[in-house]
Amino acid sequence: MNAQTRTEMRELSYAEAIREAMDIALASDDRVILMGEDIGVYGGAFQVTGDLVEKYGTDRVMDTPISELGGAGVAVGAALTGLKPIFEFQFSDFAALAMEQIVNQAAKVRYMLGGSVSVPLVMRFPAGSGTGAAAQHSQSIEAWLGHVPGLKVVQPSTPEDVKGMLLAALEDPDPVMIFEHKILYKMKGHVPEGHYTTPIGKAAIRRAGKDLTIVATSLMVHKALAAAETLGPEGIDVEVIDLRTIRPMDRETVLASVRKTGRLICVYEGVKTLGVGAEISAMVAESDAFDFLDAPIVRLGGAECPIPYNPELEKAVVPQVPDILDAARNLAEGRI
Amino acid sequence: MADAATDTNTPYAIRTYSPQRLKDALHKMFLIRKFEEGAEDSYTRGLIHGTMHLSIGQEASAVGSCMSLSDEDKITSTHRGHGHCVAKDADLGKMFAEFFGKETGYCKGRGGSMHIADPSRGNLGANGIVGGGLPIAVGAALSAKRLGTGAVTVCFFGDGANNEGAFHESLNMAAVWKLPVVFVCENNRYGMSTSTARSTAVKQIAERAAAYSMPGVTVDGNDFSAVTEAVDAAVARARRGEGPSLVENMTYRWRGHSKSDRNRYRTKEEIAEWMERDPIVAMSKLLVDHKILTEAEVGALEEDAARIIREAIDFAAASPDPKIEEATRDVYTEGAAA
Ligand SMILES: Cc1ncc(C[n+]2csc(CCOP(=O)(O)OP(=O)(O)O)c2C)c(N)n1
Ligand SMILES: [Mg+2]
Repeated sequence: MNAQTRTEMRELSYAEAIREAMDIALASDDRVILMGEDIGVYGGAFQVTGDLVEKYGTDRVMDTPISELGGAGVAVGAALTGLKPIFEFQFSDFAALAMEQIVNQAAKVRYMLGGSVSVPLVMRFPAGSGTGAAAQHSQSIEAWLGHVPGLKVVQPSTPEDVKGMLLAALEDPDPVMIFEHKILYKMKGHVPEGHYTTPIGKAAIRRAGKDLTIVATSLMVHKALAAAETLGPEGIDVEVIDLRTIRPMDRETVLASVRKTGRLICVYEGVKTLGVGAEISAMVAESDAFDFLDAPIVRLGGAECPIPYNPELEKAVVPQVPDILDAARNLAEGRI
Repeated sequence: MADAATDTNTPYAIRTYSPQRLKDALHKMFLIRKFEEGAEDSYTRGLIHGTMHLSIGQEASAVGSCMSLSDEDKITSTHRGHGHCVAKDADLGKMFAEFFGKETGYCKGRGGSMHIADPSRGNLGANGIVGGGLPIAVGAALSAKRLGTGAVTVCFFGDGANNEGAFHESLNMAAVWKLPVVFVCENNRYGMSTSTARSTAVKQIAERAAAYSMPGVTVDGNDFSAVTEAVDAAVARARRGEGPSLVENMTYRWRGHSKSDRNRYRTKEEIAEWMERDPIVAMSKLLVDHKILTEAEVGALEEDAARIIREAIDFAAASPDPKIEEATRDVYTEGAAA
């Protein structure tokens, strides 16, 4: 086996891929620091930072007190003045405590100051349901931040992408919010070695198909791919698009697919109403791709409730593979 | 022989509470311990999903802080809240049922360990958000003052929570408005892995009371009588309309922060040292020394608590799951215009 094939074969978990990206950044750029709760000796609530503190010390891998508003604001101030902080929220839900600094400060300061400053800040948000942690530890709040001009919001779905997008975020002069689904942390996949970037604002076609387009985000990409495998032999050839970035959204990739297939399902875990799917649907409805639609657009999103604790209820309130299968069959067979 | 009721060498709790109430208090401490052990065991056997925060080692703080409260008085609790529920007379079966995600649970299976509440007993609930209960406690105290109910709110929070803005904002408002609330900090030395020495600019959290012009005291939180003496005084002050206080109970959690904790931030020796200072052993000794219970009666109380917990687990295990179709029930008030 030559070196090249070995590299191609290399697999890391999603969490390991994030850690590798942070390791590369810390090693190559003195301005990079990590901040967050219990990211030092504890290794992070989801063991993402792991042992980085041993390598870089507590001056660069900083445990903050339990102070989300203050901590996030310190990261904003540091980013404004020469550092490149990577700020970890222990759970994305706790960003609610820091909305002031994210929304009123980080997102707007460049604009408010007429473009004279920038905020090269990266924030990481462990997100989503499926861990039995109930209403305050399971939300998918990416659409909240996606609503704010000034922020870039990404939802990488693979180990390769999360590493590449984190490194791209570090090169970006503006604040980038990275939503990491907790269920993905242990998922393994191929990850190239060394430094590379994955573009922010560009969707990926994970499976080409001609009958139906599914635009999915984060964990839902994997559910959509599983559904597509079942639907193929039934004669429904599904194209699965991994949106990857919700702000700015990759309009061209989505519209081109819809022009080809004429059918669209949006699958996302956040609450359905006023969510990512609404934006994708509107984007299609406002474009020429609308004329190519053979059926109404279908949105599969989270139920209109907080995430419940009971495991069966918890599964029931976010889209699952059978929900995608039902929607796809109904669309393909003209029942919608 | 001096009268125990007036002799200041006799511990406060013995002077103040009837033998029956003291026995009940020890019984509750056993219930908390057995509840936590039962929870841990159920988790290990795969009966519970999610995580949990056990309060083993902190029982005196929970029970002692609620001694002078009635069902009209309120508490707000934390993610480490099972003990507070028991101290405020929660039903153990409904607690376990919630833990198992059942329709018979306190939150009908929607909330789980981190959200158990019992408003009928004045328990406004655990909280998944560190510091989330602090302003809510102040709001409850505002209600009590405006409505003239005479109720006091005891607000439990951890040492970690004292670095949230909500802590500072809450103490300030409570003091400015002279509200009947007692802030009880359960200082177990760590917020997850971060020691107070690494997170907090003051040595004792009680020092922060000065910034908000309220009394602040630090007591041995594993000493039931010391906790009771400090919190009772603060509750009495609140009832007299003299405003809020801060009591800091120094204690220790024996278990990891949650199930995923590898305890890399503290030593085995430190844990062992604190396990020597078991609040239940100390309370048992106190009651035996003062001839309120015999050793055998202490043993019987412990066994009774174990039996109640076994029955609670059986009730929970046999209870029905919530119906999937009802997942979105109770988001809004039924019948109200949406
Ligand atoms: C706002 C918020 N930040 C972080 C967390 C995660 N978290 C849960 S408990 C905890 C530690 C809390 O420490 P402390 O207040 O001392 O309570 P203890 O766990 O020691 O009882 C942390 C960081 C959270 N639940 N909410
Ligand atoms: Mg603590």
